[in-house]
Parts: sequence; structure tokens; C-alpha cells
Amino acid sequence: MFAYAVRRLGIGAVLLLSLTLVTYFLFFAVPSDPAKQACGKNCNEEQIEQTRVALGYDKPWIAQWGDFMTGLVKGRDFPADEELRANNPNIVTHCAAPCMGFSFVNQQTVNEILSGAFPISASIAVVALVFWVTGGVLFGILAAMTKGSFLDRGLVGLTLIAYAFPSFFIGKFLITYVSIKWGWVEYPAYLSIEEGGVSGWLSSLFLPALTLALLFLAGYVRITRSYVLESLSEDYIRTAKAKGLSQRTMIFKHALRAALTPLVTMIGLDFAGLLGGAIITENVFAYNGLGVVALQSFTSDDLPTMVGLVILIGSFVILANIIVDILYAVIDPRVRLG
Amino acid sequence: MSETMSTAPAGGAPAAEPEDDAILQVRNLKMYFPVKSTGIIRRTIGHVQAVDGVSFRVPAGGSLGLVGESGCGKSTTGRMVTRLYEPTGGSIMFDGQDITKINARGLKPLRREIQMIFQDPYTSLNPRHTVGSIVGAPLRIHGVLPKDKVLGRVQELLEIVGLNPEHYNRYPHEFSGGQRQRIGIARALTLQPKLLVADEPVSALDVSIQAQVINLLRDLQKEFNIAFLFIAHDLAVVRHFCPEVAVMYLGKIVEVGDRETLYNHPNHPYTQALLSAVPDVSQATIGGRRERIRLEGDVPSPINPPSGCRFRTRCPIAKDICAAVEPPLLQIGPRHKVACHFPGEIGAHPTEPVTQRLLGVDAHGQPDPGASPVEIPSGPGYSDTWFDLRSNALGRS
Amino acid sequence: MSEAFLSIRDLKVHFPTTDGIVKATDGLSYDLEKGKTLGIVGESGSGKSVSSSAIMGLYRGTNAQVSGQIILEGSDLLTLTDSEMRDMRGKDVSMIFQDPLSAMHPYYTVGNQIAEAYKVHNDVSKKAARSRAIEMLDRVGIPQPDRRVDDYPHQFSGGMRQRAMIAMGLINDPKLLIADEPTTALDVTVQAQILDLLQDLQRDFEAAVIIITHDLGVVAEMADDVLVMYAGRAVEYGSNKEIFTQPQMPYTWGLLSSIPDVTGDTDVPLIPIPGNPPSLLNPPKGCAFHPRCPHRDKVPDGRCATELPELLAQGSVPTHLSRCHLTDPDRVYEQEVLPMIAPDRVGES
Repeated sequence: MFAYAVRRLGIGAVLLLSLTLVTYFLFFAVPSDPAKQACGKNCNEEQIEQTRVALGYDKPWIAQWGDFMTGLVKGRDFPADEELRANNPNIVTHCAAPCMGFSFVNQQTVNEILSGAFPISASIAVVALVFWVTGGVLFGILAAMTKGSFLDRGLVGLTLIAYAFPSFFIGKFLITYVSIKWGWVEYPAYLSIEEGGVSGWLSSLFLPALTLALLFLAGYVRITRSYVLESLSEDYIRTAKAKGLSQRTMIFKHALRAALTPLVTMIGLDFAGLLGGAIITENVFAYNGLGVVALQSFTSDDLPTMVGLVILIGSFVILANIIVDILYAVIDPRVRLG
Repeated sequence: MSETMSTAPAGGAPAAEPEDDAILQVRNLKMYFPVKSTGIIRRTIGHVQAVDGVSFRVPAGGSLGLVGESGCGKSTTGRMVTRLYEPTGGSIMFDGQDITKINARGLKPLRREIQMIFQDPYTSLNPRHTVGSIVGAPLRIHGVLPKDKVLGRVQELLEIVGLNPEHYNRYPHEFSGGQRQRIGIARALTLQPKLLVADEPVSALDVSIQAQVINLLRDLQKEFNIAFLFIAHDLAVVRHFCPEVAVMYLGKIVEVGDRETLYNHPNHPYTQALLSAVPDVSQATIGGRRERIRLEGDVPSPINPPSGCRFRTRCPIAKDICAAVEPPLLQIGPRHKVACHFPGEIGAHPTEPVTQRLLGVDAHGQPDPGASPVEIPSGPGYSDTWFDLRSNALGRS
Repeated sequence: MSEAFLSIRDLKVHFPTTDGIVKATDGLSYDLEKGKTLGIVGESGSGKSVSSSAIMGLYRGTNAQVSGQIILEGSDLLTLTDSEMRDMRGKDVSMIFQDPLSAMHPYYTVGNQIAEAYKVHNDVSKKAARSRAIEMLDRVGIPQPDRRVDDYPHQFSGGMRQRAMIAMGLINDPKLLIADEPTTALDVTVQAQILDLLQDLQRDFEAAVIIITHDLGVVAEMADDVLVMYAGRAVEYGSNKEIFTQPQMPYTWGLLSSIPDVTGDTDVPLIPIPGNPPSLLNPPKGCAFHPRCPHRDKVPDGRCATELPELLAQGSVPTHLSRCHLTDPDRVYEQEVLPMIAPDRVGES
């Protein structure tokens, strides 16, 4: 298992680096001028050129990618232009390895930006995950057990309706009614655990997490329902029934266990995706997570932040895949890692 | 590595036997599947010796049965003959042509001549295609008929296999299992193949339907002069269909012979056990039961097969020599070969290994410096001289 | 016959579908004595498996309609409540299935699954259930049972899995064991091992056994009594000897003439039963076998197509029943059927 994880991590690292390379390539392949963006509206040609040199945008893209890699391994100083740094030591920012770059738009290292935003996105993702997995699996089993009944159709239908609404609508609805009009919860504003303790943290996450969970719920109800139903028609369930087991043991011990594999896959990938930020939900609730950062970096041609996000989100997805594969082997004794 | 196998190998294969009528000659065929380690770097740490040196021949328009239990390599052999797998070693001669290493382009015409019938009529037909398009597909792929003639040919084929030709527009699920197997057979016949590899063609069918399909195959063989490599685990079905039968165990042929000899006078203890294990209705109809030979345990792993004779771990008559030396597939009758150091009918196995002198070893399988080993032919087919068990010597018929 | 250990009376198992009612089993009756083996033969769709699953109550909680009587030691299983039936399952009646690989849960160890069968009916500790499972594994001939008990099903060979299934089926010492195609998925030498094992165990456990199979050879070797089913009904019922030496129903004749054998003359052609098994949604009127029956013209007035024959004793043996309008089946068998399936035996019996 260890050797397997090491090999997969190695492959993952290579994959990540190629991703950054592709990002650099694509960024410079589109006809827009990041130097002009960074310089501001009222810059003349000369100033733009100066900015270009200062930020290192004058070098070929592959050389810039090389600088980026140097930063990752050894750390870097900013601005990129050596002459500029030598003349103005007061504006130099040192960025220690693994340095993901410096965002001139935000005048911060990418590491700082990401480490500020990540806990918010992660918090929302974790709480949302708990909501939708518990809800999805329970409703899914309930639907499977009452297959074809009113309850079954109701559960599947309702979750589908929630899924059909865009998440900004659900978010807005929850803020307006649950928080403002009915006052059931406080107006959502993010509190870290240090600031508000666990309960404050949790309650600050309730509405955004719920918004996300409602989005994912439908899929989990359906998948749980169909996999539980499928395994209920398996031969080993007939064996379990022939042993004289109760319906409950049959479902929870035998059928659900078999449905775990597909569930774990979905959970792993969905969760990894969410860790990288829920763009719409974070923006609706104005929680400055990775989703908000992503949107900003995109609208302001902030290459270093974008590359940082690519690395971060890419690693989550790769890690999640490895963990899911290892979990397969834990759940299913027939699977051998190798 | 491009050896030409058109001449007889140095193994001293008989030259006298007229082998010209063989449509398929397989010589020392091997299929090893690599087993990878699970470390950080995955190395090949062993091989599944699925098929390990089998030789046989199928005469044009004739049939050879390949029987054995699961994991014996019979299906892998069939897949190599149809070149779904590329053999690890050995050679396959089809209709005078070496097809062992033939490339993808060379395979296309071959696919017309060698066709396959599969076991499961439910999964081997595409459920989204009509029967007409399934049966007609080979015609279109190989471009042998103008488009407007395809339908006529398809209907003709459906009629040949006993289906209503008007049903060409129906989908596979509208047919019963037996009818689907007929569709599979029609598809295999479309290009008028010279050889059909039938892998368990009736084992998924009901008893009453099995007989229909076997009879159909037999009629088709007579009518179109098609040769069959008939692979099955059901000894009774094979006996009924094939005048010649080879028994496989763990990647090797342990006994091959004409039907009468193999079923009535088996000489290999595995064949004997296999035959005695088949529940027999004809015994019941006269109120009798045969004594079974009980085989203990399971088939060993083909990754690390037993040394010497692969059957020795379960063999009721195994002795020292069986672990030391692999028994050659020795011809002991006009059409009978057996790979055993102690070949003989049930209860009449010799006490001394008959292969001792031929192999130049003593009774325990240790090399005997005084002996002069004899070259034992290992090729397909039969020689007109063989080892006579009564006189314990190579003799002439 | 009223004191039989197991009496099935007019058992019907119907499955409503959107296309109509599938009459998988339609009026089945038979008796089975303690310590005896009944072989039920038939092709797919004959109702042989469905009727036996109904004895286990496996259709409770589904939309299947089960009616008739299943009387085991005087009490009708169909009148039991669901929880009474659950207590019965795996304890008084147990079942082993065709494919032991799919019949065992792939994620739990063999020992866990066997012990579970014991624990559910006995108030014992986990440890006691486990040692009972090891004992049973040993009993069915698994080598090193204390080690193999922690293996997963996929680590067992096909034959060992079926042994483990048998261990699971017998762990509560059932009175009735139903074996549904227990050797169909196995190789012949392994099949022989399992059949031997079943016979040995039956002697020890004194259970009644129902063995369901499509393989006449297995029935010939295992069964005391044989029930031949076609399209959801019994068409012939008698002792092993009666069924195999003096069969009376043309369907049984057809089965016997269509199976190849490993002994005897190879030149005897296989005579298949023409046509295909009937649809259970819309079975033929009269005798369900009549469209495929080569002897239907011997019955006057086309009664085969209009009138369902009763399951009755036709010949000299009162316990040998068959469902056929032929007036003289023994003569037809000897003069027309026997010469086809075993020419060498004509005139012997």
C-alpha cells in the first residue's frame, strides 16, 4: 500500500507540473496583455513596458515558467526584474520555497492569498459534505426500502427540484428568508474557530453549507438508492435472506456495504472539487474563499494566483483520487493495489 | 526471432505421416501472461503459464475436441488460434500459412477463414443491432458482397441455421437462448470460414436446446466442410461431436486420441478421473452406478506449477519420477498419445515408469549415465511407429 | 402419504408483470420423507427454482403471489407470519445456491458469513459462533479451517466456496436442505467431490434434501425420488429407478434422448426436443408440452391441445405419476423411444 501511494504521488507530482506548464502556455496564448492590466487604466506605452519588465512578462513564457519552478523549489524575490530590486530594496518581497508566485494585483504572495482563503472553502466543504452525505445516504436507503412508494418518489423528486434550482437562487433564498425575514439563524458571516469557537464556526457555515449540500443531495440520494437496490437483487442478499437475517441487517450490513464503493468515488471527487472553492456560493454569501479568489484572479488576469489555484486544486483532485483508490482496497478485499 | 516454421522442426517429427490434410497445425504453443510486482517500480515477477507447449492438428473438415476443467488453458488456446492473443512461443500453421506472428493487416483475411462461436449467446450479440446487421456485418466489413446482395445472403444464412429468414429485422432480445446461439453461428458462417473455433458453444443452453445446436453444427460441418476446434468442459458433448479429443490439464495436453480409445481406454490417470466424475445417465437407466475416482484438492496455480508432471500433486499413482521429470506426450497407439510415466488403463498402470529408458533416467527420475535417451517426437499428429506398452519398446504397427 | 415430512399442495407462484401474470409455478404438489433426497429436474423457466425459493419464503415482501400449502412437519409455512418464517429460514430449512461466488458477499470473510448464519438463530458470543464456523468448515472438508475461516470468498476456489456454502446451510442442523443447482458452476471433478460430500452429510445430518438441477446425470446419482417439471408444473414423478428405466412422459423421453453420454455407442444420434420452451406469460393450452411433443398425434381428438392431463399413475406402479394423455406410455417407450436412445438395451427390461 505504501509503495503504491508513493508511486501514485510521484505520478501526481509530474501531472501537476505539466498542469502548470499548460497554464502558462494557455495564459500567453490568448491575446491579452497582462502588463497593461497590472499597470492600470492610465498608463502610457512606456509605463506599460516598464511594468512588463518589472513583472518579468517580457521573458518568453517558458522562461517565466522556469522562474516559477525555481521559486517552487528554492524560493524567489519579487519583483522579477533584478535591476529594479537592486535599486529599490524597500519594495522587495521575499517568497520562501515553495513559492507559488507573487500577485501584483493583490500585492501579496500567492501563498498568503491561498492560505487565507483555503480555510474558508475547506470549512464550507467539510460541513456541506457532512450534510449531503448523511442526508443523501439516509434518504437513498429510505427510498430504496420503499421503492415505488409515495415516499420514494417524493424524496427523489424533492431532491431533484432542489438540484434544478441554481445555487445562487437557493443561497439568496436562504439568506433572505431563513436569516433575514424569519431570523432563524444569524446573518451569515464567516467566523474561524479561533474567532467564534466550534459552535460559532459551525453556525456561520450553516447556510452556505446547506446551499451546497442541497445541490449535491439529489445525486447522492439517487446513487445510494440505485446501488442499494442493485445490491438487494444480488445473489448474496438472497443468501442473507435465506439465513434468516432481518431486513435491517440485510440492508445496513450487506447491501449498503456494497454501495460504498461508488459512494466513496463520488464523495472523493466532489469533495476535492469543493475544496478548491465553490465559486457561486462563496460569492453569494461573500465568503472570501478560494472561489472568490478564483473569480478575481480570472477577471484581473492575475497569472500567479491562477497558477497557484491550479496547483492547489490539482493536488486536491489528485490526492482525492489516490485516497479513493486506497479506500477501494480497504472496502473491497478483492481489490489489490499495484 | 523470425524463424520459419514451414519445415519440420529438429525434434524428429514424423515425415511419413501425410499431414497435408491438416487445416490447422499447432506446434509447441505457449501463452505466458506476465505477473507484475506491487512495489514502487513494477517488475515482472513471474508468469501465468496458461498454455505451456501444446501441439495438435485439426484435419480439414474434421474436428478436434479440447476438454479440460477451468484454468486448463483450453480457451486461451482457442484465442491464440483465432489470434485474439499473440502466442508467447510456438507456431500455428493455418492452411499452409504461418499465422503465429502475423500482423494486424495480415489478420484481416485470416478473420474470414477462422471464425469463432462463443459461449454466452446473451452477451456476445450487440443488443442494439438487428439480427440482419449482426449477421451481415462481416460481409460489409470485408466488402465481399455488393450492398444490395447482403440482405439476401443474410436471409439465406438465417434459413441455414434454422431461423425464420423474415426475422432479420428483429433484435437479439426477441430470441431465446438457443435461437441466439443460432444467430451467433450464422454470423460465424457468413464468410464461409474453413475453421470454426467453438468455445463452449452449448454450455449456456438448456439440455433440449443443446442437442439442437450440436446437431446443427454437425450438419453444417458436413455441408460446408468446416473444420472445428471444439472447446468444452462437457466431456459427453465433446465425445459426441469430435472424432478426436485432447485432454488438457494446467496448460498441457495430457492425453490425446481418437474418441473410442480416449473414452473407453483412457491411459492417463487424470482422464480416468475426469471420466469417472461425469454423472452418467445411461448407467442409471440400467440401475447401476460407476465407482468414482476421487481427486483430492484443487488445481494448483499456473504461476508456479508443480515440477515434473503437473498432475502429480493430485495423482493417485504418482511416484518419485513424476516430480523429477516431466513425462513426454508419448504415442502409445495408432492414434493415442499420453503424457504419463505410468500409462495404463484403470487398475493396470505399470509399476515401473515406462519412460525410464527413453528419457535416460532411473526409476526415481535421476539421470542415468549409462542410458541413451531417445528423441521423442513432440509435434502434432501421429507417427506410424509408436511405443508399445506390452513390449515396452518403440515398435512398428 | 399424509404423514409426510414435507408436503407441497397445489403450490402456485405467480409474478404480476406489466405484460401479464407469469405463472412460474402453477399447481405443484409433492411429498418428501425425512432423510430422502428429491431431485427436481427441468429446464430454465420450468419453475424448479421458483417453487423451492417459495418454500424458503424468499418471495415474502415482493409482489409475487404465492398460494397453496407448504406443510413442513404438520405446519403450513405459508400461514406463518414474516417473523416466524424468518426464524425458520436458515434454521429448519436452508438453501445453497448455484454460484457460490456470487452467493457470498465479496466484502466479508467466509467465516464471518458462516458465523452470521449461526448467530442469527443462536444466542451465542461472536467467539462461539466463530469456533462453530471453523468446526463446520472442517466438517465440509476445508483444509486448515482455523486459518481459512478468515479468508474472503475470492480467496477460495470454486469447490471450496461451495463447501463453505454447504457449511453455512448446515450450521443450524436444518431438517430440510434445498440445493439449487449446487454443482452447475463447478468443474466435473469438483462436482463429484461436492456430490459425495452432500451424500455423506445427508447421512450424518439426516436431513431431507431437495436437489434442483437441469443435469439428469446429477439426479440419477443423487436422488431417491425424481420430479420432472415443465412450464411450472410437475409432469412426471417417481422413484429414481422408475424415472430412468421406465419413463412415461414424452418430455422426459425427450430429455433422455437429447443428452450425450460418456459411455455407450457414439453413433446414437442426439434427438433434440424440437422448438423452444414455452412462454410462461402465455403458456400453451392443454398440455404445455404438446406443441413440442412428437407423440401428440397418438392421442385422439387433439385433446393434448385442449385438455390439461392430470398427474396420475399410468402404469403398474401406483407411486409413479405422469401427466400425459397417452394411453399406453410404457409400450410407446419400449417400442419407439428406447430403440432411439439405447438400441442395445431394447428387449432387456
